[in-house]
Amino acid sequence: MTSVVSAGKKWGATLSSRPENVGLGVMLGLGLGAVALAAQWVKGPSSLLVAIAMLTMVVGLIYTAFAGGLEARKSLAPYGLLKPGMIWLCLFFLAPLWSMVVMSLSSKAGRFDFFPDFTWNFENYRIALTKFRPQFIRSFSYAGIATILTVVIGYPLAYFIAFRGGKYRNVLLGLVVVPFFTSYLIRTLAWNNILADEGPVVSLINTLHLTGVFETLDIMQNGKLMNTPAAVIGGLTYNFLPFMVLPIYVSLEKIDVRLVDAAMDLYSSASQAFRKVVLPLSLPGLFAGSLLVFIPAAGDFVNAQFLGNPQTTMIGNSIQDQFLRQLNYPVASAMSFVLMIIITIIVLIYTKFMGTEDLA
Amino acid sequence: MSTAFSKRQKAGQRLVNVAAGAALLYIFIPIFVIVLFSFNEPKGKYNIKWQNFTLDNWANPFIEKELTSALWVSLRIALIATIVSTILGTLIAMSLSRYKFKASGAVNLFLVLPLTAPEIVLGSSLATLFLNRSVGFGYVTIIIAHVMFQISFVAVTVRARIRGFDWTLEQAAQDLGATPSRAFWKVTFPLILPGIMAAALLSFALSVDDFIITFFNAGSLVTFPLQIFGASRVKISPQINVLASMLLFASVALMAGAMILGRRRERRHSGTLSK
Repeated sequence: MTSVVSAGKKWGATLSSRPENVGLGVMLGLGLGAVALAAQWVKGPSSLLVAIAMLTMVVGLIYTAFAGGLEARKSLAPYGLLKPGMIWLCLFFLAPLWSMVVMSLSSKAGRFDFFPDFTWNFENYRIALTKFRPQFIRSFSYAGIATILTVVIGYPLAYFIAFRGGKYRNVLLGLVVVPFFTSYLIRTLAWNNILADEGPVVSLINTLHLTGVFETLDIMQNGKLMNTPAAVIGGLTYNFLPFMVLPIYVSLEKIDVRLVDAAMDLYSSASQAFRKVVLPLSLPGLFAGSLLVFIPAAGDFVNAQFLGNPQTTMIGNSIQDQFLRQLNYPVASAMSFVLMIIITIIVLIYTKFMGTEDLA
Repeated sequence: MSTAFSKRQKAGQRLVNVAAGAALLYIFIPIFVIVLFSFNEPKGKYNIKWQNFTLDNWANPFIEKELTSALWVSLRIALIATIVSTILGTLIAMSLSRYKFKASGAVNLFLVLPLTAPEIVLGSSLATLFLNRSVGFGYVTIIIAHVMFQISFVAVTVRARIRGFDWTLEQAAQDLGATPSRAFWKVTFPLILPGIMAAALLSFALSVDDFIITFFNAGSLVTFPLQIFGASRVKISPQINVLASMLLFASVALMAGAMILGRRRERRHSGTLSK
C-alpha cells in the first residue's frame, strides 16, 4: 500500500514536469499490484482497494498522456509498450515464485488435509537438503559434465562454421538447429534405440571386445549402456548442444581474422594465436553457452527418466514426483526454491561480469 | 615462415575439420534413427529394435487416435500462445531498442530471468499459484504458461533482430507528410516484420515441444509431448516417429523457405540500390 501512496505523491509533484516518472511509477505500481493480487498478499476487501488503486493509476496515466501533449506522450511511450508484457510476467512469473516460497514453508494440518497452510515450517527445507541431497549433487555433477562435453563437441563445430563455413555458414547453422525441431522427448527416446542392449553400439563394443574398457571407464554397467549415468549425461549433452554451439559461433564470428594474421606475422604459432587471440575473444560465447546448457540440464528430468535408472534420478525427477505424484507440494516447492536460488546466484555472478547481452 | 609451421598447422586444421564433421554426425544420428524407425514394423509394444521395413506407418499416420488428437491440442495451444506472446514480446522489444529510458537495464535483467530459470521451477511455481487460487487446469493454464516463457524469448529475439534499425526512417516519412501511425505501418513495420516472424516461428516451435512446464500445468489435458511421455511407459508406436518426422520435415521446409525468401529479397534490394 505504501508504494501506492508514494506513487500518488509522485504524480502530484511531477505530473506536468516529468511524465517519464509517471510512466515508470505506474509501471512499477501496476506490476506490484498485479503481484499483490495474484500472490494473495492482500485478501478480501483490501484486494478491492488495490484494484481501485491500480485503476486510478491507469486513469492518471491516461490523463497525463492527454494533458501533456506530444512530448509527454513520447516520454510515456517506452513504458506503455512495456506494460502489457511486464504485467503478464509479474502475474505469471513473479507472483508464482512468491507462492512457491509460501508453499515451501507450509504444512498440512492433518493427514487427510488436502491443502497445506503457511506455518513457517522449515522442516521442508531440511527434508529437501538431507533426503534429496544425492539428487541435488547428481543434478549439478551431471549438468557440469554435460556442459564440459558440449564445449568439447561444440567448440570445434562452431569454430569450423565461423572460420571455414564460407558462404555455407547459414546452411551449416541451420543443420545444427534443424534436428532440434523434432520433439525433445522423441529425440531422447531415439537414444533408447541407439544405446539399447541389442542395439548397434552395444553390439559394436561387444564385437570389438571393448566391454571391459568401457566398464572400467564407468560408461557401461553390467554390459549395458542403457540405464546408466553415462546414458543420462549423454542425453543431456545431446539435447542441449545447440545452446553451446550458437553463442560460441556468435562470438567467433565477430572476431576480425586480421587479428589472427597479425599474431602470425609477429611469429606466433597457429596454436599460440588460437590460445592468445581467438580463445579469449570467444570466452563470452563460451560462458553464455555454459550457462545456457548448465541451467536446463540441472533442472531436467526427461533424460534421467528415459535413459537412466532409479539410481540416476536428478532433482527434477524428485520435484516432479513429490509435486505431481505424492502431492507433497511443500517439499517439492522447497526443492524448487533451493534449485532456483543456486541457479540465480550463478546467473547473477555471470551477469555482473558479462551483462545480459550474450544470453540472447 | 609459414612453411615452418605448415605441417603441424595442416594437421591441426584437419583435426578441427574431423571434429566438426563428427559433431554434425553426432547431431544427426538420432534424427536418422527417428526417421528410420518410422519405417519399422515392431514386434510387441516397443519400437526399439529394428525388425522389418514397412510403409504401413506412413500410410496410416493418424491411426493412433490419442496421439493425433494430442498433436492437434498442441498445435492449437501453440497458435494462440504464439499470437499473444509475439504481440507482447514485440512491444517490449520495440520499447527497449527504440527508446532510451530509466530502468531499461533493470527491464533487461528482468526479461532474462525467465529464460535462465530452470523450467521445472517455472512450471511448479505457476502450478502452485493456480492451486492456491483453485484455477482449473486445462487449455487456459497451459496457454498462460506458454505465453509466460515465450514473451521473454520473443522480446530478446526481436530486439536482437532490430538492433541497429534506423529509426530516423520513420522520422523521414513523417517529414514527408505521413502521420505517425502511417509512418509506422508503411515504413517501420514492413522492415521489422521478418524479425518478428522469425521470433514467432521459433516460439511456436518452443510451445509445441514444451514438456516440463506443460506437465505441471496441464491437468488432464494431453498435449503431444505429454502423450509421448505417458505412452512411453506402456507402448511406443511407430506412429510417434512418423508424426515426429512430419514435424521435422515441415520445419525444415519452413526454414529453407524463409532462407530462400530472405535471399531473394536481399538480392532484389541490392539490385535496386545498384541501379
